[in-house]
Amino acid sequence: MKENDIKNIRINKITDFLWEIQPFGKMRVPCRIYATEKMLASMLRDRTIIQGMNVAALPGIQNYSLIMPDGHEGYGFPIGGVAALDYNEGGISPGGIGYDINCGVRLLKCDIPREEISSKISLLLDKAFKYCPAGLGSSNFDINGRDLDSILKNGAAWAVEHGFGVEADLIYCEERGTMAEADPKKVSETARKRGHGQMATLGSGNHFLEIQYVDEIFDKEAAKAFGITSTGQVMFMIHCGSRALGHQVCSDYIRLMEKNFPKILNELPDRELVYAPANSAMAGDYYGAMCAAANFAWCNRHMLAHQLRLAVNEIFGESKIETIYDVAHNIAKIERHSINQTPKKLWVHRKGATRAFGPNATGIPEKYIKAGQPVIIPGSMGTASYLLAGTAFESETFASTAHGAGRTMSRHEAIRNFRGETVAADLKRSGISVKGASMKGIAEEAGAAYKSIDDVISVSHNSNIGRRVARFRPIGVIKG
Amino acid sequence: MNQKSDIKYVYLPHTADAKFIAYGRDIEEAFANSALAMSDIVTDHSRVAKKATKDIRCESEDEKSLLYDFLEQFIILLDSEGFLLAGIERLRISHNEKFRLTALASGDTDMSGYEINTAIKAVTYQEMDIIRARERVSIQVVIDI
Repeated sequence: MKENDIKNIRINKITDFLWEIQPFGKMRVPCRIYATEKMLASMLRDRTIIQGMNVAALPGIQNYSLIMPDGHEGYGFPIGGVAALDYNEGGISPGGIGYDINCGVRLLKCDIPREEISSKISLLLDKAFKYCPAGLGSSNFDINGRDLDSILKNGAAWAVEHGFGVEADLIYCEERGTMAEADPKKVSETARKRGHGQMATLGSGNHFLEIQYVDEIFDKEAAKAFGITSTGQVMFMIHCGSRALGHQVCSDYIRLMEKNFPKILNELPDRELVYAPANSAMAGDYYGAMCAAANFAWCNRHMLAHQLRLAVNEIFGESKIETIYDVAHNIAKIERHSINQTPKKLWVHRKGATRAFGPNATGIPEKYIKAGQPVIIPGSMGTASYLLAGTAFESETFASTAHGAGRTMSRHEAIRNFRGETVAADLKRSGISVKGASMKGIAEEAGAAYKSIDDVISVSHNSNIGRRVARFRPIGVIKG
Repeated sequence: MNQKSDIKYVYLPHTADAKFIAYGRDIEEAFANSALAMSDIVTDHSRVAKKATKDIRCESEDEKSLLYDFLEQFIILLDSEGFLLAGIERLRISHNEKFRLTALASGDTDMSGYEINTAIKAVTYQEMDIIRARERVSIQVVIDI
């Protein structure tokens, strides 16, 4: 679908927060957009909606091509896109997962009072920055080839086996931090070389480590189940992914699929929609490699949390820092969902979207079974972040909701409009200390360059795809 | 040569990532300038010392995938060897059944002492364009950062 086609699209309003485009042209299913009218207008200004409609044309796609409230233009698939393709008649597309495989968020709670943390915030940021390197900073760990293989196979479990972190970190993590289908042999030597020296590093772009406090609790019961009992309680949030290893797995397989399926490629409106058809060897190879990269990401967030614990304990003495949950927001999973009342095996692609299993779902920790799966949605640097819970209405979106705020201003424009030093000084005045690998990076991530996270969350809450549990505000930020 | 053709590349606004158009009198020069434009996202290439050289070789199925594979070489070199690009010489492109590229890249493998702005995730095909006009080739690329 090309830009010109957008003039002729008819968008039907279903509710104040849900819009639908009926299938036409090559679309096999409708495209549904979770947004306010204003957010929809902003998505229509770039290629977000066109990309969502292109996804609706993929073979085996079920129900709808979905765009979450934080949807914005991506590569091939929109960011904030969810697509479930039939396991036998569809396929798997690297573009439906994104270059940062298992980019995600880990949330931890801490028993140190906010005032005590605030009084030593600079010290804590300096130490945490040293222990959790950002930007192109190199790893504190020397991982050999055998360890890397084991990390790719076992994910965060590798870390616990080697004395980093505890078993509870695994229990409170999506997939317990390990995708069992991982096949390290399917990860190229180039990907290994790129990611080798990056274990326990934050990376750059929008990745961050934040020290936050609970600003408001919306759902007391669910919050309690997640271990959040009062406002002011200190939280740590880690947002990053599989680093260069995952990026290379994505581009390796986009290139391999282009070479292997020229006929498929020819019929697609966009090269980055290229997919491996179900039951092809390539589909299995990519899924094995993607799971291995996802495991690297889970191990990475787990190791960063371990490093953060060391930094906190060195300053404040032995303290209790417990994982609440860890979610992936760039991933594909083989899941079963009910389609026309019949359970169906699907490749569920979530690109910039978070899995949000409702209460009683299998695969969520026993302690959360009544509340639903915790869904962690990070805001942009210096703004609020949210904790949500999955709902009983999960079938509408293949159990998915938003993943973040979504940019509205280009990085280039942000650098032109803001100076890193000014952004940092403004944040400092509002009680937020920032430490980053580069001042330019801080300018790029200025809060004003993003959509309002509050709007994204209220659409998710009001359309019942992820309900609001608590809001956090930062006091310290390490920007990747 | 008119003044316009002295411009090697320009950056354009893009919501989430980095987008540029690189120019050249021929396809080879436009490819080389694309690599410099991408490297400038990481650090100003004109400040990078030419202390090391790297042989670049790519073989791809069409011109766009050749551009993708060529640019990706510099992301791989940056992540795996800390190589910062300073310049590109002897860039040649040929094609019969396949598209082939060879070039000699110079730069520095010691990142200390340079201001590093960001890492790069990947080259993308998004809005990728190679346009040939009279006496000028323009290449547009979006880089995922």
